[in-house]
Amino acid sequence: MQLGRVTGTVVATIKVEGLEGVRFLIVQPLDEHLGSAGRPVVAADAVHMAGPGELVYFVASREAAEALEPRFVPVDHAIVGIVDEVHV
Amino acid sequence: MKVGKVAGTVVSTINHPFFDGQKLLLCHVLDTSGEPAGYTIAVDRVDAGVGDTVLILDEGSSARQFFGIDTGPVRAVIAGIVDDVEFNDG
Repeated sequence: MQLGRVTGTVVATIKVEGLEGVRFLIVQPLDEHLGSAGRPVVAADAVHMAGPGELVYFVASREAAEALEPRFVPVDHAIVGIVDEVHV
Repeated sequence: MKVGKVAGTVVSTINHPFFDGQKLLLCHVLDTSGEPAGYTIAVDRVDAGVGDTVLILDEGSSARQFFGIDTGPVRAVIAGIVDDVEFNDG
């Protein structure tokens, strides 16, 4: 899992079956010092409570599809936690 | 498996139900010279602490099997604390 900062929202009305009601957020991946690392991704919000500005951790690839209900919908990144504190 | 070094802790209250009660550690992944090359946040199952060199399982199916679950968004798990590792590259 990686750290990320929510930087925006994505709204899509027409989506494939299984993605109804799933919120999509733009997430900037971060390094361990909370600096930007790489290009932003669109991630499904599997905690249903993340919002712009928040520090989150997210999973990629198959594990992202595991985070949602129903499983194995076509997503490749999913936010699975909102970070309260990081100590490095 | 990867060799990593625990660099810090990540605390989260609002999370996917799988992570309820799980301890998350931020680990540098070490390259073949023993130098940090990126990081991952892993679930700690061996009571590791900051500064420990650890074995990181980084494969989802194995992780879910380890936890005895069929589903769950887990991939990186700290599966061991390394006593000694020798890097011969560089």
